[in-house]
Parts: sequence; C-alpha cells; structure tokens
Amino acid sequence: MTTEKRLISLSVNGELQAKIVEPRMSLADFLRIELELTGTHVGCESGVCGACTVNINGQTARACTILAVQVEGDEVTTIEGASESGEFRDLQDAFHARNALQCGFCTPGMLMMSAELLTQNSKPCRQEIREYLSGNYCRCTGYEAIVDAVETVAQTRNARVGEQDD
Amino acid sequence: MKPAPFDYVKPASLEEALELRRRHGAESAILAGGQSLVPDFNQRLRSTETVIDINGLSALSSIEESQDMISLGAISRYREIETSALVAEHAPLLKMAIPEIGSPAIRNRGTIGGSVSMADPGAELPACLCALGANFELARAGSKRMIAAQNFFTGRYETALDNDEILTRIDVPKNRVGFRSAFHEIARRKTGYAMCGVAAHGKVTHQSVQNLKMVFFGTDDTPMLAVNTISVIEGCAINDVPPAELDAALSEDLHPSDDTHGSAKLRMHYAKVLTRRVLAQFVSAHGEE
Amino acid sequence: MTNASNDNHLFRPNSYIGRTVPRPNAKRLLNGRGNYTDDTKLPRMVHVAFLRSPYAHARINKIDKNQAIKAPGVVAVVDGHDIAEVCAPWVGVLAHLEGMKSAEQHALAIEKASWEGEPVVAIVASTRALAEDALELIKVEWDILPVVTDMEAALGEDAEIIHESLGDNLAWRRTMDAGDVGASFDHAAHIIEERYISNRHTGVCPESRSIVADFNSADDQMTIYQSTQAPHMMQSLFAKHIGLDTHKVRVICNDVGGAYGIKVHAYPDEFATVALSYMLGRPVKFVADRRESFLSDIHARDHRIDTRVAVTANGEITAFEIDDWTGVGPYSAYPRTSAMEALQVLNFTGGQYRNRNYKGRATVVYQNKTPMSQYRAVGHPIVTMITEGMVDDAARAIGMDPLEIRRRNLIADDAYPTTSASGLPFEKLSHQASLDKLEKMINYAELRKDQAAARERGVYRGIGIATFIEMTNPGVASYGVGGAPITAQDGATVRLDANGNTTVAIGVTEQGQGSETIVAQCVASALGITLDSIKVITGDTDVTPYGGGTWGSRGAGIAGEAAVQAGKALRENILEVAAIMLQTDADSLDICENNVINHRDGEVRMPLSEIGRICYFRPDTLPPDFQAELVATRHYVPRQYPFAFTNGVQGCYIEVDIETGLIAFKKYCVVEDCGRVINPQLVDEQIRGGVVQGIGGALFEECRYNDRGELLNGTMSNYLLPTMTDVPDIEVAHIETPTSESELGAKGAGEAGTGAAAAAIMNAINDALSPLGGKVTQQPFTPERILSAIGKI
Repeated sequence: MTTEKRLISLSVNGELQAKIVEPRMSLADFLRIELELTGTHVGCESGVCGACTVNINGQTARACTILAVQVEGDEVTTIEGASESGEFRDLQDAFHARNALQCGFCTPGMLMMSAELLTQNSKPCRQEIREYLSGNYCRCTGYEAIVDAVETVAQTRNARVGEQDD
Repeated sequence: MKPAPFDYVKPASLEEALELRRRHGAESAILAGGQSLVPDFNQRLRSTETVIDINGLSALSSIEESQDMISLGAISRYREIETSALVAEHAPLLKMAIPEIGSPAIRNRGTIGGSVSMADPGAELPACLCALGANFELARAGSKRMIAAQNFFTGRYETALDNDEILTRIDVPKNRVGFRSAFHEIARRKTGYAMCGVAAHGKVTHQSVQNLKMVFFGTDDTPMLAVNTISVIEGCAINDVPPAELDAALSEDLHPSDDTHGSAKLRMHYAKVLTRRVLAQFVSAHGEE
Repeated sequence: MTNASNDNHLFRPNSYIGRTVPRPNAKRLLNGRGNYTDDTKLPRMVHVAFLRSPYAHARINKIDKNQAIKAPGVVAVVDGHDIAEVCAPWVGVLAHLEGMKSAEQHALAIEKASWEGEPVVAIVASTRALAEDALELIKVEWDILPVVTDMEAALGEDAEIIHESLGDNLAWRRTMDAGDVGASFDHAAHIIEERYISNRHTGVCPESRSIVADFNSADDQMTIYQSTQAPHMMQSLFAKHIGLDTHKVRVICNDVGGAYGIKVHAYPDEFATVALSYMLGRPVKFVADRRESFLSDIHARDHRIDTRVAVTANGEITAFEIDDWTGVGPYSAYPRTSAMEALQVLNFTGGQYRNRNYKGRATVVYQNKTPMSQYRAVGHPIVTMITEGMVDDAARAIGMDPLEIRRRNLIADDAYPTTSASGLPFEKLSHQASLDKLEKMINYAELRKDQAAARERGVYRGIGIATFIEMTNPGVASYGVGGAPITAQDGATVRLDANGNTTVAIGVTEQGQGSETIVAQCVASALGITLDSIKVITGDTDVTPYGGGTWGSRGAGIAGEAAVQAGKALRENILEVAAIMLQTDADSLDICENNVINHRDGEVRMPLSEIGRICYFRPDTLPPDFQAELVATRHYVPRQYPFAFTNGVQGCYIEVDIETGLIAFKKYCVVEDCGRVINPQLVDEQIRGGVVQGIGGALFEECRYNDRGELLNGTMSNYLLPTMTDVPDIEVAHIETPTSESELGAKGAGEAGTGAAAAAIMNAINDALSPLGGKVTQQPFTPERILSAIGKI
C-alpha cells in the first residue's frame, strides 16, 4: 500500500520547519529523524514510559502517541529548545546537584513534566510531585532524588517570589 | 515497531468528516486524542487505510450547559473536563474519576469520545457515564441518533458505533438535589490500570439510597450495572445492608475473568470491598450535612 | 599489600575521595545532548527488523522470502542459513562449570525456533518502517512442537527434549555438602521447611538494546556503535564469530540508557546486525522495540527453592539445606552462561551466618522460554530471600525477636578473616555494626510499639529485616578461568597535555552510575589536580586500555584502583621533570591543585601548564639524556581474594491492607558497607535505585507465561514497573570497612540495594500477617498472593 506524504509546517523550538512526511510517522520519530532533535527519546512507543514527553502549545504530550501530521501549525518545544531558552535552567541545575538522573534516558521527559507541574502548582508536596510524575518511568534513580530536586526548585522559586514581595 | 502505512485526512467540518466516514467506512479510523489508537498503530495491533483526524472540528470540543444537562463535545480533553467548573458542579463523578486516568501528559491529549469509543473494559469514563445515565450522539452523513451509554458498550473494545458514524457529543444529566456520586478503584500500582473499579450515583438520604446506579469496570467485558446489588441496597436501610445478600448479589451481577493482573476471584473480592467503600462514603457524606 | 599509610594523597583534607561532587557528564544529558546509540546516523545507513518466532518451539519447514525481497525499500532478506555463512555459532558454556552443556546457537534460528521471540529472518531496508512492512510478506511454514515450560517437568521422563544432541534438558547441576547437616537436623529443636519461588523478571532498560554496525570493506574495518556494558568483550566476540582480527573491530559505546546487566550479554540479533553489515558493506542499525525487548532481553531469577533450616531452642542456627531449581530458556547465554545465578545461590546462601553445616543442590534446566542469565545482583535476591526467610522462620518457631536471632548467628565483626560454610573467603565484614546501626536508624523499639498499637486497631504492620552479603570486585575466578574473553582487570591511561590539563582513558564504562566521575575523583586525588582539569574517556576499544567494562560491581573497586595507580605514576613522572627544571630533589616536591609545590611548606613552585609547555614545546631546555613521559598507564586486578564481599542490612516497615492486599511503605532504611566511599551521593543513589529495582521484583515485576510458552505480558503497560508513587523515600547509611587489598580500599555498591529488597519486604509482609496466620513465599508478593495467604480469597 502506498500512502500520500504530506507537507507539514510547524514551529519547533521557535524555528519554523516545513517537511514532507509519511502520515504514519510519529512526532517522536519526526523530531528525532527529520529534525535530528535526538534529546526526545523513544522508550516504549505506546505512551506508557514518558521518555518522549515534549511540550505542544504549552502542554506536555507524549510524542510517540501523536502523528507528525497532527502538529501542523503547532508550537512544539523539546528539551533542546527548553535548554537553549533557559526556561527551566533551575530545574536542570537542581537535577544536576542532586544527581536526579543516572542514565539520563528518562530525564528530558522528567524535566518537561516537572516544569509543567510547577506552572500549575507552585507549592507541590512530595506526594503531589510523585503523582504528577508517576507516568514517567525511571529505572535508575529510585525516584527520590527527582522528587528532592523538584521540591528544591519549588522552594527556591517561592523564596524568590517572597523576596520580591518584601 | 512502526505503524503500517495509512492515509491521513483532517476534515475542516463535521459534514466533511461524516462524508469521509461514509466513503471509507470500515477502512477508516477516527483519530481523536490518539492516546490508545496511535499506540495500537505503533505496535501493529491495528491498521487502517485512512485515518480521519477530527481534532479540527471545534464544534466537538465544547463543554456546554443546558437546562437539564451538560453536553461534552466528543473531543473534550480529560484535562478540560477535570478543570471544568460546569463538570465540577453538575457531574462531579467525572471529576473524581479523571485523576485516575494515565499521566497528566496523557490527560492533556486524551478525549472523552476517544475513551468511550475505545471501550476498554478497564476504563473509568465508560462506567461513570453509564452510572450518570449519559446519552451519546452518534452522527452519520445526513442523520443523527442518540443512544444511552449503557446500550453503547456491546463488548470488549466493541461499541454500537457503526463504521459510517462518528461519536459527536455526550449529554450528561445534571446532578439532582440529594444525589451523591462515589468513585473507587483498586490498581496494582497506585496510578496504574485498575483491576476493578466502581462508579456509583444515587439519591442518598439518612435512611437509604434510591435511584442508585452502580456500575463496575474491570470485571466484565463492558461496564456492568449491578442490578441485583442495587436492589439489595435500595431495599435496606443505608446503615444496615446485609453483607451476605450484598455479596450474593454481586456474584450474580458480575462475571470477572482471569488476566495477567489478577484472577476472577480477586476481582470479585475487590467488587465486594469497593461496594462497602461506596456505602461507607454515602453514609459519611450524608452525615456531613 | 598496600595501604593508606604509604600515600596520603588519597586521604588528605582536599582529596576528592569521600566527597560528593556532581557528575560533569550529567550536564549534557540534562540538556538533551546525550548521544545514545539510536542517535547515531551514518551515510548509507540501513535498518534491520527481525521476524521472530511466534511459537515457543517449532520446526521451520520453509521460509518464503520472494515477496519480501521485492517490497519497497528492501535491501536484503536473510535467513539462518545465509547468516551462518558469515557468523559462526557459539555454545554458552564455561570450563570451570564442570559438566555444563548447551547447544550450538546461531544468530538466526536454522532448523527450529526454541523460544517465542527467537530471531528467524532479518530484513534490511532503508527505514525501519519499510523493513517491518516487508516482514508481513514473509511466509514461514512451521511445525509446532511440544514445549517444555515447567523447570521440574523439564527433567521428567516424558519431557520433550529441546536439543536432541544434549540427550536431556539438564544444563548443569552442582551439589555441596559442608559440615554435618544430618546431625544438625537430628538434634534441632525445630526444623522448618519451606518452598520459596522467585519469578522471572527482566531489566527493562529505558533505552532498549541498540547497535549500529559499519563495515568498511576497503580497509576491512568493522566499527560498531553499541549500547553495551563491555566493549572489549564484544570486540573479541564480534571478531571471533565474524572472522576478523580483533584490531579490525572497534566497539564504541557512547551514552547508555540503562543496562543493569542486560547489556553485558552477546545477543543473536546483535550478532546478526554485525553480520549483515559485513555482508552488505554498509552501516546497519538495529534498535529493539519494546515488544522485542521483552521477548529477547535476558530474563532472570526464575527459581524454585525448597529449604530446610535447623535451630536450637536458644536460637542457634545449626544447619541450612536448599534445593534450587531454575529454568533458563533453551540456550545458555553467551559468553557468561546461564548457570551463574544458580551457582551463586548455591555458594552464597547463609553466607553471613556462623553456621558451618550447609547442604545444597542447584539444578539448571532448559525450557522453551526467553533465555535467562545475569541481571543486576545476580542470584543475590534469591539468596537473601531464602536465607533471611529461613532465619525469620527459625525466629518465629522459637518465639525470638528477628533482630536477636540475627545478632546471635551473624559472623562476629572480630572474626575475620574467615570463610563461609560453603568456603567463601571473607576479608572483613561488619554485620554486627551494620545491624546495630540499622536498629537505631529505623527506631526498631518504637516501631514494635507502633506495630502493637496498630494491631489493636485492626491495622496490620510489619517490620522486615534482611542482612546480606554481596559479591563485588570479581577477579579472574568468575569468568577468565572458564575460558571466556572477559577480563577481570582494568586499565587506566593518564596523560598531561600541553596546557596542564589531564585526560584519562579507562576500560570501565559509564551507564549513568558515575564511573567517569569517580575515576576523575581518583585521578585528581592521586595526581594532585582539580576535578575541572580532567576529562575521562570511556567506551572506545580503539582508545581505552583493555578493560572489563561494567559488571559485578567492579567500577569503583577495580577501575578506581587502576586510576589511582595511573595518577600516582604520572605524578612521579611529572615530579621527575619538575625536579630537573627546579634543580631540586623530586622527593621534596609534590603536586597540589594543578601546581608543583614544595612538599614541606606548600609553596607553589610552578603550574603544571609550565611542565606541559616545557616538555612538549621546549624539550631542548631539558638535559639531553632525559626524556619526559607525561603519560602513564596502570592496570589492576584483585589477586588476593577472588571477590571483595560487601555486606549490609535493609529494614522496612510496611502496612498491609488486608482488604485489598496492597502494601504501603512507612519506612525504608539501608545500612551498607562498600568499603571506602569515593562519592557519597553516587553511592547512596546506587543503593536507592537498586532498592527500587528490588521492590519491582518483590511487588510488581513478573514475566508471565502460559503453558504454550507464550509471554502474556510483554508490553510496557502489562509488565508492571515501579512508578514514582509506588516506592518510598529510602534512608541510607554506611559503615566503611575498606579492603586492604587495594590502596583505594573501595568495594562495589551497585547491586547491594537490589540484592536484599525482596527479602526485607517479604519478611515485613509476613511479620504483618503473622497474627492472621498467613505467609507469602512467592515473588512477586502480589495482592492476590497476600489475600490468598490470609484466606480472604
């Protein structure tokens, strides 16, 4: 069976992209193969592990459960873009200081989810952090360091807000 | 794995979508949130010739209120339902259930229409919609029909939706005075797939529960209205439901089977545990007033 | 023997040894700039997909490739006969496992497939998707054969024999009989018999197995990018089986997305990928998808163990007896074999206790399931489950507190050096100190009170204690003596460059555990330089000294020591140059924070950059008969002991919901003794991550098969991994008993968390259930098994 390839255009990390893709190509493969943004990882291709989590139009999404043709006109942010813009540099620094990653395969997805959590809940308790990130598997750390890192960033951001209020 | 090839169309209007559906029928698949469909494609558990992406149909994405009901467009996202003030006020059962579904990243994309069309026997929302007495609007080129939630689910991953139809809207009757909802499930992992769950909705007084709909999921091929159990509960004082009768009724109502996460025996046991939790919640909820 | 006294650099105040420093290489991973094997993209690269057997046991009558070869994008369609012409088969046995037998295994099955998921046909195409499209066009005629699934039935008279050439399905059997078990059972106050079951689980690396092979026929050079733990081992194996000289094979291992022992084996599909590149003369990529991973990654821990323990009325354990059965799939894994788990169960059971009477038998059989072999903490979770299960059984039988019975029976901290009943040599362990520390840490007495109060309310809580020994720093006894190309030694090359910075190349590999960081800490401390002036290179067989890679908790203890010795050697070389330049005695100089200083008063004499400048650009200013050597290489292998045993104890406090059978952790504590701690944070995170993998096996993970040998839950949604909401915060503390075999004194820490978690959890559940008369002994301890144990279902 042959299928018609389609031209899609979208913004990825603030850059406009236009590419011709097969409809069956997932957004994860599109980012990795067509745009060479290999920071988005593919762990299960079934939306379960969270390694491919990216941000689409301001919300996290699993790039393996979305077809590239679906994101026509959307704004996609990957770990590369978020790193370059520095939008969650404090999370990255806290993960680094706390060793909240080992092999690093799940890390881009963890950061994407952590960043979204902190925009929705500036003072999450440890249990809320665990619940928000529970759909992202990590096989190395045992998770505690990740919870610590996110908690630290929440506290630091709140302290900063507190200082500004004073 | 990568999906088998397919064509992709993204209609701009419902009419166009229905025409595509009429033309491609069984050789097409409707793409809503895609959180189950795309993984199925990725694992080549499913294939199709044409994917019809209905995400461009803004008419299907609204949550609206009328006098007696709230209407959820088929592509309302879990997250939109979870945060909707209308849903919180008029259909709190849905708000209780949604946090149990997947990761927030899944809830950002997944849709209510997709969930009910997939008809996963372990899914939360089909049971909730049955308990609430929701009705589904199914459209085909030139006509529409309404179907009660309870009649929509016909088997494991099977529904009454015909190959030329699209599920467009879900009407949920507004919560009436004195009615209470309860939602409980038991999963191997705290945020995982439920082995057994229950959605319940009924009129709770200090004496009894009436107009009860108690629907189990994870036990049968479809959401299962526990008619015998309901009749036992409705027939007794709320504080005095005889356990043996309750358990016997549940055994008649539910037909669990073994799978990799738990045996039939376990699921039946859980149904009994959950029924008691629902009753306890109804009792304590009433006590709060 | 060396020790700290002859070199104070490692342990002086500004040393990096014992200091938490963040991992420099973690930054690129945090920025999405990792370089995993699937990120590799080469010119003319093609992709392979495998047709895998849908049956656990079936004869291959005919393979029709005609349609597939004509499919769009297809470059080659290759079956077992084709691949056998370029890739020689192997047999997964080792000489020191006397009597072990296994059948010849090919990269692609030839006559028959012996497990569901065995690769049968390879299709190479321009994209993975097109290769998969073509797979659907292959027609295979199968003859379905009877299957062997149950491990004990595998040796039954009417069992199907999987490999006729072997005569039966027995892979290996060994027995052990130490002391006088018979007399001990005759005189015991209590004898407790129990059957324990540890079910199959697997590693589930976040990054699946991945390989890109690139054969350049012009210079006969095979370059392989592989997600592996052991690049030099893989180099030897690929060279041997493809028929290339070893120096014509280069294995490059960039970032690895989790390995845990799963990536230390040679897999048929990876051999096939290399063979395909050799056949096609172009790069071929294979990345296992998740379904393939569940069917073809090494599984582990499928054991059934009958145990017997004898105890006197005053709580002295006087005998352990075990009969261990394991089914390891149809082939013994290559090159480490599939017998090591059973060997370790046989050798290590009861090893922390004084008891001298021990009898055991281990039986390894073939069956039609995915091959089993080593996965993190090889055998230890089983060892600890049965040992600590037996000890708790004994304590319950005589009404003694579980801490007390352990205190009476553990090998005393002043009894070293000593051996276990099975003959394991122990240099020095700290069981008693560790147990004392855990008792305080977990607040044992308070927990007992809380437990009693909770029971009054109908709430069932339990405390589980599991002491353990853990094998680390393996020497040549593990594999080398058996004839496998697996080196126990590791080497480090340290080079000072012209600007005074240092590059270290080392044979050990990085999987995120922090190998590169601790190597840098070792070199920096030994040499006297700052961490930011060091770059560590791992994972390239063309570049690094020959080394074993990552396995057996060897990175810190073996590679760390090699790094220390190389750093010291380079320091001597540098000081020799400096002494000439400064016209003084080398003994009067030292290196500190990238400067040559006076040993006596610490005065800075010259920066290392000046040494580099002179040696590389102005050697004419040095004496004509002197040649500076700013590179030093040192290797290390432990010789005195076959392994460095570590020890520790895990304790947890849990609540069992007796309506649902679900478990909630209330407290989890670990005391661990890995000798010298190089980087406390990295060690603690190894322990935590290890415990959580142990919790996975204890509560969730299980490869479930039906009686046709079909895997029922080989998807990420059906194979349950622990998620963030399922596991507790874990408190970690250490006792430090350095090994005196090395100057560094470090032992391994990577597997200790995994080894004892299941035992601690099982004991806690059984403690909680004890008033109800129930007990669980089968992993995973599911709600189903717990409810069934207490008669609720």
